[in-house]
Amino acid sequence: MARAALGRFDEARPSASLGRDTLRRLLRSPSAVTGAVIVALLVLAGTLAPLLTPWDPVRQDLRAVLQGPSLSHPLGTDQLGRDILARILYGARLTLSIGAIAVSVGLVVGVPLGVVSGFYRGALDLVIQRVMDLMLSFTTFLLALTLVALLGVGLTNVIVAVGISTIPRFARLVRSSVLSIREVSYIEASLALGAPSRRVLWRHVLPNALAPVIVQATLSMGSTILTAAGLGFLGLGVQPPTPEWGAMLGEGRNYIFTQPSVTTFPGLAIFLAVIGFNLLGDGLRDALDPQLRGRR
Amino acid sequence: MTSYLLQRLVGVAVTVLFVAVTVFLMVRLLPGDPARVIAGVLASEQEVERLRTRLGLDEPLWRQGVIFVGDLVRGDLGTSARTSNSVTREIGARFPATLRLAVASTLLAVAIGVPLGTFAAVRAGRWPDLLVSTVVLFGISMPVYWLGLMLILVFSIQLRWLPAAGSEGSLSLVLPAVTLAFFSMAFIARITRSSMLEVLHQDFVRTAVAKGSSPRAVVWRHALRNALAPVVTVIGLQFGELLGGAILTETVFAWPGLGRLLVDSIFARDYPTVQGLVIVFALLFALVNLTVDLFYGVIDPRVRYG
Repeated sequence: MARAALGRFDEARPSASLGRDTLRRLLRSPSAVTGAVIVALLVLAGTLAPLLTPWDPVRQDLRAVLQGPSLSHPLGTDQLGRDILARILYGARLTLSIGAIAVSVGLVVGVPLGVVSGFYRGALDLVIQRVMDLMLSFTTFLLALTLVALLGVGLTNVIVAVGISTIPRFARLVRSSVLSIREVSYIEASLALGAPSRRVLWRHVLPNALAPVIVQATLSMGSTILTAAGLGFLGLGVQPPTPEWGAMLGEGRNYIFTQPSVTTFPGLAIFLAVIGFNLLGDGLRDALDPQLRGRR
Repeated sequence: MTSYLLQRLVGVAVTVLFVAVTVFLMVRLLPGDPARVIAGVLASEQEVERLRTRLGLDEPLWRQGVIFVGDLVRGDLGTSARTSNSVTREIGARFPATLRLAVASTLLAVAIGVPLGTFAAVRAGRWPDLLVSTVVLFGISMPVYWLGLMLILVFSIQLRWLPAAGSEGSLSLVLPAVTLAFFSMAFIARITRSSMLEVLHQDFVRTAVAKGSSPRAVVWRHALRNALAPVVTVIGLQFGELLGGAILTETVFAWPGLGRLLVDSIFARDYPTVQGLVIVFALLFALVNLTVDLFYGVIDPRVRYG
């Protein structure tokens, strides 16, 4: 009895660790757990690819083109006789790295821009916001596509283009949270006590603005994968014979009449990966901000 | 109201001009000689030189800029390097197809998304809500190009009900419109749900219930109308995106709209057309945004423009 009461008291106590609390809430959310499992499976698929399949993802076998699923080729072969499962497994490496690097570009550029904009305000804020407006007058995909059109195709340019297209969302998000945190009285208090603004920014403002950024970064992994695969699908992304899911889909689409599995499976892989990151992102949002639970 | 509108229209013009100048500079300052790229690797030095003169690329940058902006103001977006037609005319010829697709898929997305979101909000936390959430998750996670291909596989190849490509006849509109609508529908349903949830907890809803209004009237007449503002924003944004963003779907279905013109122009290195399209997309998006803002006053009489 007393123990139970103590337990409840324990739970009501303001948490000592935001991380542990968040983790506990995450583990209780079915969607977050499902998302995390999907993402973990993708990471495993990519890292363990050589162990999971005996096939080389780029080796062609022109005697075995466009085969349906079989025991030796569980997902069939493509138009050049390459094993589709092997290409999907190795492709996971590429998809995840493109997503992670592009989102990092968005974070590394977008977050400081948002912080400067929201914390120091002034003329710089005005300039940054106008540039972000400019970028937001296009959809993410159109922005990435235009950048690739100007920069040229290839892996690096795709990452740069997709990364740049995520910048405005991070900048906007961070700016608005910094703006509201700035008004909180403890920030005012530390500034009034004479703490240098740089220190206040690093010690107090940034940590408090972090939660929505983590959520946004997770959700951006999903949208970035979609954008990069879309560019690959058009033939403007990663170039053949690299096993990239979007490009596989784009090349396979010419054979949809004869062997649909060439398009079905890579698309399914993209779909699953995006679902994983979206579920995880939604779960993180609920866990980091319990007030929003179920109200999205 | 008039001064507000005027102010906003100036804002649209400034944005478009800003976009235009940025694209103009990017095309010219990035590494690579546009004339050489357009002419091709096999062209002789004289041919490239002639093309450079024809496109005005031999002028100093500031003069090119002045000419470009002057033409832009008169609605002249230059000459397509691929077809030698005026870019304005090329875009004008493709616009109706894109508009038709955008209108059809937006109508479809609203017709399904708003009721679905409302339904989920009313049954919040129970299985219909979970079902709608799953549909929403699928909608926002689905690669449109893959959905399009799968629809072709089922409805064109196996059932032979609908054409797989082209834009002839009204049946050809079905698959691309459904493909595009799926994502927008999910997004609209999600926003409708959260907006409705907020409204359903307000006092006036309780009053309406207390005075004996039927649950149906409360939800569909009282609550939904008050929940519409954010929904309309999302619908507008989606429509704006569809006007310029149907690139992948148009490619899958060989739909002769602006999106495919953009992809074809990129492959042909037709920079004048790419540049023109980007400017037109920015203009369309800004105008849709403005329309949405004006529409708020219609849904919510409390909104005043000043």
